[in-house]
Amino acid sequence: MSLPVEAVAALEAFQAVGSWEQRARMLMQWGERLPALPAEDKVDANLVQGCESLVWLVGQLHDGHWQFAASSEARMIRGLVALLLARVNGLSAAELQAVDLPDWFNQLGLSRQLSPSRSNGLNAVLQRMRALSLIQN
Amino acid sequence: MLVPSPWRADFPAIATLQRQDQTYLDNAATTQKPQALLDAISHYYANGAANVHRAQHLPGAHATQAFEDSRSKVAQWLNAGGSGQIVFTHGATSALNLLAYGLEHLFNAGDEIVVSALEHHANLLPWQQLAKRRAATLVVLPLNDDGVIDLTAAAELIGPRTRLLAVSQLSNVLGAWQPLQTLITTAKAHGALTVVDGAQGIVHGRHDVQALGCDFYVFSSHKLYGPDGVGVLFGRNEALHHLHHWQFGGEMVQQADYHSASFRPAPLGFEAGTPPIAGVIGLGASLDYLSSLDQPAVIAHEAALHEYLLRGLKARNGVRVLGSPQVALVSFVVEGVHNADLAHLLTEQGIAVRAGHHCAMPLLKAMHLSGAIRVSLALYNDSDDLERFFEALDQALDMLR
Repeated sequence: MSLPVEAVAALEAFQAVGSWEQRARMLMQWGERLPALPAEDKVDANLVQGCESLVWLVGQLHDGHWQFAASSEARMIRGLVALLLARVNGLSAAELQAVDLPDWFNQLGLSRQLSPSRSNGLNAVLQRMRALSLIQN
Repeated sequence: MLVPSPWRADFPAIATLQRQDQTYLDNAATTQKPQALLDAISHYYANGAANVHRAQHLPGAHATQAFEDSRSKVAQWLNAGGSGQIVFTHGATSALNLLAYGLEHLFNAGDEIVVSALEHHANLLPWQQLAKRRAATLVVLPLNDDGVIDLTAAAELIGPRTRLLAVSQLSNVLGAWQPLQTLITTAKAHGALTVVDGAQGIVHGRHDVQALGCDFYVFSSHKLYGPDGVGVLFGRNEALHHLHHWQFGGEMVQQADYHSASFRPAPLGFEAGTPPIAGVIGLGASLDYLSSLDQPAVIAHEAALHEYLLRGLKARNGVRVLGSPQVALVSFVVEGVHNADLAHLLTEQGIAVRAGHHCAMPLLKAMHLSGAIRVSLALYNDSDDLERFFEALDQALDMLR
């Protein structure tokens, strides 16, 4: 399975990172590049439960390909979500089912963000994404 | 160092955490344990575990003796004297649930249960749900700007319909001592039962349940440098008569037939099943350790550290401290910075503090905050810990602003 272009860019950027400061700054930059979520999507129905900060996630299949959009009021989680979307947007339903997202964050050097003690909500976002993909599959 | 801790070396985990570049400042959540506790638990398991209050064999006698010694030590720590009983539970939460179920029969529709706006979920939800079960009314005492229960409002809200008052001694978010004496006196004047959630208060200074005059006092071992899985319920003798048996099973029973049974009085009647024996013995060891310390020196140390923390935070631009914390902890937010982002960057730098709602969602909502960062202190912390925290905070704020 070939990586989406955005994902290749993310991988190159994060694998070159040396320090936690660089990684954090890069996360914030990726978060800033995340397109704003329309106000009508920022509703309770799209809220991901289990995050310390508010995170909204919407996703739709367009011509057999997934297109997710998301937003958060906190910058770090916004960055993590941007990296998630970079990996999954454009995938087919079958590809989305097959993709190993924990491994994706591992490759980015961000696996600690998925540890059970982290309350940033990335785990909750992944679960929500899985639930959305099952409903519309 | 400005504020060294003479007790730091008594807690082996602190050195281990330091080797992992971790600075532990989440002590209101749970504390590190003294070597004396590790030794006691290791001794118990290495020398023959046995169940308590059952067997006549020697290991059973030893275990029971050690277990009951811990009960006496807790009673002494609280200066319970002969005024009441110490019941061991599985935590402060289970002690409060025991009360909310065991006292349920006293409540009728329209009766009032009074709590305060700053309660931890553990001292809110059991009462909220009891009120729902009995169609009683939950009355919430408001706070003043310093994060202290408003006594003028309390004098009006505690009245003839009040059946029970349940309040925290020390807020786990605002770090303010609550005016228990006045509240308890008012509640008693109306014939209400009084419950004190001492989960945070017990850790700072010594408290005398007879002087407090409350009917029930609850705390958890693990915040008081003891093992987790153990809670303590002190009940005044007169109040314990109201408490119905709640959980049923081994050892709490006097006589059992297939279709009926009679039960023991407190404490054993409320300790169904095998209790956390090693944990209770460990708590006894922690209390022995704490009793051996120079108590005024501990209090002075904690006060100096708290002052250091508070001054450092207030000196920083944009930092807003919640309430007027007096001891133990400081919660704060930073203007224009999300607490989740700040928590993320502090974690990256090895600073273990708590972020979020601190199990007091209604309080945070009332303050219009999605969360806050809480730094909480223990007797083994020193000013170097706080310097590391301040450095990390400055670095994080530099990046976020």
